[in-house]
Amino acid sequence: MSNTPYALEMRGITKRFPGVLANDNVNFTVEKGEIHALLGENGAGKSTLMNMVNGLYRADEGQILLDGKPVKFSSPRDAIDNGVGMVHQHFMLVPTQTVAENLILGQKTPRFYINYKKLEQDIADLSQKFGLAVEPHAKIWQLSVGEQQRVEILKMLYQGAKLLIMDEPTAVLTPQEVTDLFKTLREMTATGHTIIFISHKLDEVVAIADRVTVLRRGRVESTVDGKSTSKAELARLMVGREVLFRIQKKPAEPTADALVIDSVSCENDRGLPALRNMSLTVRSGEVVGIAGVAGNGQTELAQVITGLRQATSGKVTVQGQDVTNQPATATIDQGLAYIPADRNGVGSSPNLNLADNLILKSYRRPPIGSGWRIDLGLVRSQAEQLIEQFDVKTPSVDLPARLLSGGNLQKLILAREISRQPKVVIAVYPVRGLDVGAIESIHQMLIDERDRGAGILLISEDLDELLSLSDRIVVLFEGQIVGEVPPEDERIDEIGLMMAGTKVEQSHAT
Amino acid sequence: MELAFLINIIGAGLRTGTPLLFATLGELITERAGVLNLGVEGMMLVGALTGFAVAHSTGNPWIGVLAAMLAGGAISLLHAFVSITLRGDQVVSGLALTFVGAGLTSVLGASYVQVRDVPRLPVLPLPFLYDIPLIGPSILWPLFGEKQNVIFFIGLLLVPAVWFWIERTRPGLQLRAIGEKPAAADAVGVNVGALRYFYVFVGGLFAGLAGASLSLAVTPLWIDEMTAGQGWIAVGLVIFAGWNPWRALMGAYIFGALRRLPLDLQAIAWLPFASNPILGVWLNMIPYLFTILALVFSSREAIRKRLGAPAALGIPYVRGERGA
Repeated sequence: MSNTPYALEMRGITKRFPGVLANDNVNFTVEKGEIHALLGENGAGKSTLMNMVNGLYRADEGQILLDGKPVKFSSPRDAIDNGVGMVHQHFMLVPTQTVAENLILGQKTPRFYINYKKLEQDIADLSQKFGLAVEPHAKIWQLSVGEQQRVEILKMLYQGAKLLIMDEPTAVLTPQEVTDLFKTLREMTATGHTIIFISHKLDEVVAIADRVTVLRRGRVESTVDGKSTSKAELARLMVGREVLFRIQKKPAEPTADALVIDSVSCENDRGLPALRNMSLTVRSGEVVGIAGVAGNGQTELAQVITGLRQATSGKVTVQGQDVTNQPATATIDQGLAYIPADRNGVGSSPNLNLADNLILKSYRRPPIGSGWRIDLGLVRSQAEQLIEQFDVKTPSVDLPARLLSGGNLQKLILAREISRQPKVVIAVYPVRGLDVGAIESIHQMLIDERDRGAGILLISEDLDELLSLSDRIVVLFEGQIVGEVPPEDERIDEIGLMMAGTKVEQSHAT
Repeated sequence: MELAFLINIIGAGLRTGTPLLFATLGELITERAGVLNLGVEGMMLVGALTGFAVAHSTGNPWIGVLAAMLAGGAISLLHAFVSITLRGDQVVSGLALTFVGAGLTSVLGASYVQVRDVPRLPVLPLPFLYDIPLIGPSILWPLFGEKQNVIFFIGLLLVPAVWFWIERTRPGLQLRAIGEKPAAADAVGVNVGALRYFYVFVGGLFAGLAGASLSLAVTPLWIDEMTAGQGWIAVGLVIFAGWNPWRALMGAYIFGALRRLPLDLQAIAWLPFASNPILGVWLNMIPYLFTILALVFSSREAIRKRLGAPAALGIPYVRGERGA
């Protein structure tokens, strides 16, 4: 290690954005031929750090060395010319062009006329050589996500990249595609390439990385050996404290019925039956989890309860008040909180600032609004207080909501919903796509609401989440409840069977 | 009789459609790079007046054409600056460019309105067409006439050239990439901003050429607003052509013919409405109505996609912005 220079060395890197210190005196080294994972929560500064190696950003302070030589990149082109390629999370491919065209875009040759026959032959040879099968004349939009990623990797190799930065490469892949990707990465390190693997998923990092560097709030927390580390250690480094993979909660003390769904039917967007005579009761002070494969009526159920979809028959009541087919404002006034699956489209208004997003459900009533007037001073002070209380990381309440990371946006939505002291909370996939720290705090908020006396309806695909949070689990299949199971780990197979439509004798009556 | 009539109309399209073809090709190139420039009308007017004035003072129509192209290109840079550097709204900036062009030429061109002795672009004879057996004398001769203005041939050569540039060359590949997904081009080191400037400028050159070919060939004089909405028709034609140069060629000739159609229809005695002056006005509207319909129709995202609009058309590129 002493003689061979590092493939990449970053010394004292600092990068500031308006209001944010994204990287703070970061020292980071990557050895030749290793897979080095860069781990951290959303917003920890992983992508910013790597974008400086890639030439998209320039460091405010510090030095970057490639193979021991100091470099200064002013554009991604510079980086590529020096053998650094980045595979972005959102693929940088032109969908309407072919694989071959995407590979030569930005190349110096051919200079003018493109001989497509010869080009496609060259690329077929290259993809053969690296074992990355792609069709050179296929258009990008025709390819699966996994194939598109292969094109991205191939593009970097075609341009002569020796150091490959992968920005959360597995986020969009199926488990099978992840296995293939890992195999490809291993083959690449065998041929002398070096890989930096940006991730916030602990399982993957433990599975693939030779070494792991953990970033937290823009600083390097630690660099550990990938083979000897554990998920728990990494999580602790990443979040800065012990992480509870299973939330601590006391037994539920359910009281009166909070939400009653009585033989409700409704249709989906295409006019087909989505819910069929479905009945369910959620009591105050308990979490009822709804398990099921997506597309079995979960979305429609949440919409019918919150007044966003018409029920064709049946009745929905919140604490005895009939809210069936009432407008959404009526359900809001009845004390119904809704955490929708789509944070950007339904849960928030991306271009409004955080303060405005926080009053979306309270602007019609005093103290915020009176008549046509809105008390902007109160809006602001209340927003600042909520952001503090719910730990939303932002430089200011004037920031447009679209600029928040997923976890912070979800905390903002919860802040809005929970601050109204709801009687019933409908949470749909509340932690999808979030990192461990955010998941933990959002789960804790939901449990706190339960203990305060709200009835929680949790819709999720993640069985671990359901088992951890729920006091009861019911399984939704083709618009009907097919069974109820207590949240015990041993019953997971039973839940799985019911999710697939197998009727199981109800073992626990409520 | 009917065949002669049809040939007559198409022939008229070939003679008057070329300025429209230049303007359409220019806008097509600009839009393929992802920039919408609604200022075609203004750039054409600037080109028409500059060409006319320079040709008149130098006595050489070709110097006039060159000056017209440079003037069109120069004024297009206003739009490039607003939409690329300042990332402003391209629709607003393009509209403003049209007003600037119309106003500027109206003031500066006032003294040229009476000028009649401008040197024109040459016409080339087509004697060989008559000698083609069978269809020569009966179809080709009446269709193309015994001679065509040189701009007709320039137009015919430009279409394959533009197609080849876009579809078969490396600069063309980059052109398509910055119009479809600028972030992807940027990530491999293509200078998106500089290239967009360049292609807005090229669009300006073409619009200037279109203007000069009006004032130095088709109707060799200068009158206020002499483009009479052809710049707008060009914007509609780009959509009609699905951003394809060959279909732009076809569209330009059809619209050239449509502009002549009311005159031709009036010559037909048995059409009752044709000689009616009020209905004649309605016939005159056809090309413009068609343009408005094309623009309204294509304003729907789904339809634009199906027609093949560049995905990043009208969207300023900001490096690193989410969703770019």
